[in-house]
Amino acid sequence: MSIESFAQTLVFGLFVGGIYGIAAMGLALVFGVLKMLNIAHGELLMLGGYATFWAFSTFGMDPFVSLGIGIPVLFLIGLLLDRAVYHRIVRLVGEEKIKNSLLVSFGLTLVIQNLAIWLFTADERTVQVSYAGVGWNLLGVTLPYTRLVSLLIAIIVTLALNYLLHHTYPGKAILATAEDFEAAELAGINIHRVYMMTFALGASLASIAGTLVTVIYGISPSIGIIWTLKALIVIVLAGTGSILGAFPAGILLGVVEAVSGAFIGSTYREVVGLVIFLLVLILRPQGLFGRN
Amino acid sequence: MQEMTIAQRTRISVHRWLPQAGIIVLILFAIFFPRQVDKQNTWNLFFLICLHISLGQSWNILAGFAGQTSLGHAAFFGIGALAARILWFSGMPFALAFITGGLAAVAFAMLIGAPTFRLRGAYFAIGTLGVAEVLRITVSQNIPLISTMSGTLIATYDLPARYYLALGLAITTTGAAYVLLRSPWSLGILAVREDEGAAQATGVHVLRHKLLALSLSSFFAGLAGGVFAFQQISYYPSAPFSPLWTFDALLITFIGGLGTLAGPVIGAIFFIFVREQLALNLVAIHQVIFGILFILIVLIFPGGLVEAWERLRKIPYRKEK
Repeated sequence: MSIESFAQTLVFGLFVGGIYGIAAMGLALVFGVLKMLNIAHGELLMLGGYATFWAFSTFGMDPFVSLGIGIPVLFLIGLLLDRAVYHRIVRLVGEEKIKNSLLVSFGLTLVIQNLAIWLFTADERTVQVSYAGVGWNLLGVTLPYTRLVSLLIAIIVTLALNYLLHHTYPGKAILATAEDFEAAELAGINIHRVYMMTFALGASLASIAGTLVTVIYGISPSIGIIWTLKALIVIVLAGTGSILGAFPAGILLGVVEAVSGAFIGSTYREVVGLVIFLLVLILRPQGLFGRN
Repeated sequence: MQEMTIAQRTRISVHRWLPQAGIIVLILFAIFFPRQVDKQNTWNLFFLICLHISLGQSWNILAGFAGQTSLGHAAFFGIGALAARILWFSGMPFALAFITGGLAAVAFAMLIGAPTFRLRGAYFAIGTLGVAEVLRITVSQNIPLISTMSGTLIATYDLPARYYLALGLAITTTGAAYVLLRSPWSLGILAVREDEGAAQATGVHVLRHKLLALSLSSFFAGLAGGVFAFQQISYYPSAPFSPLWTFDALLITFIGGLGTLAGPVIGAIFFIFVREQLALNLVAIHQVIFGILFILIVLIFPGGLVEAWERLRKIPYRKEK
């Protein structure tokens, strides 16, 4: 393998990894704060992708501009889901809470996926922007504009979330609730509002990831569970409780998948992620970037 | 001590014998009724019920008794189907291929269970969900062609034989769950479900009990997969790995009653009858309806039909007092 094609593989891994990072960040946020595992996260991502697709095909809106529609729509859906379903689970404690959230969100996965098939049909849809396939050539390595912008958005979102969580009052309330919800409640934080806002924020992050996925790969109702799994692998890599660690962990997974795909063939690429998942659980259960 | 009246005694003995008699009647009905009717539809309906009893009961052994929620039951079902089908088609006697399928599922389960069980239950759920999806994608990419029985197999195809195998497996799986509950292992397994930390502290080997429940569960799920491979004339080899199989197992167990012996049996009968009706009338959204039903049961009525029946049965006794 030549240096150029190896560099190209690495760069593509980096781009894919950025999306993995954003897809996992919303899930990590919900898991870290509400202590629930939302298997339906990938379905929210899929809905966000459809928001982009419909904005593009109906109004001819640029997919990256359509984030302005997708984010508020998914924020609203997040609020509704929290009110209808998740706030009933958040009251439970410990293992019971995780177990029920897994079961309920697994059921929700089926509901959302089949509703999407019913409403949007099972066809695979793509968004063909005028600048698709065009790129910037850097020392023989192609950097397609769509992927470059996607990575840029992923970085901006990570920095924005970092600012929100560490430098604003609502963000600090979220982190305090994640740390110790009883102490946070005693300190006067309305934790149920924090839970609701965090879940809606997680759904918005899923919507951003959905837009990026739609631009680069296209979308169909069945993609949800695949992205949930990617996000789960990234969370285990990052270490549970590490929200922003999802970004570097996502990049790492993307690069490792791309490189191993180039060497052992792309049909086994999915297996690589799972093997990494199991290895990390055996050797370093607190994750690569987690503290214990 | 007060003397019991004859009426009280009979009531107690009736209560003791009623379940056993009911089970025998049910099994006899399952053996003879389809043969009496002898219609393709009836055989198929009874086959589906029995297949789903095994599927639900095997999930129940792991999730209901040992408290380990697996979201990748389809992985075990799929491996059993894949191994049994390939070995059977390559000339191995079906009985041997069938058992090998079950054992292959156990081997895979151990590979996932051993590392993830050391951590909290959620990792096991993620791990199994991951395995099932990765296997589904890998199988669909490597064996994309539909798997069809050869002409000689189709010519000698015998649906009742398939049904009796499924019935036998449903009885064996439920029987195994019963024996497990009566065995010295049961206290340990139930203790792990109720409170892992407390079980560990009182000297229960938690990991060993979890792995025991997992091996039984995956073995019977793999055998159920083998029955599927034996019955279907043609299907995509990735189909048994679909997460829908996991969902069916969860739904059946929750409808009937999680952690009860009768739950998956009642759940499977209810589920198949309703599904056949819905699939006829509301093809597009019958999965949506089941999804919502499942969420409602988990949130509002986690005891399922068995608990509903227990509550109903207690009403007349309450009035007597």
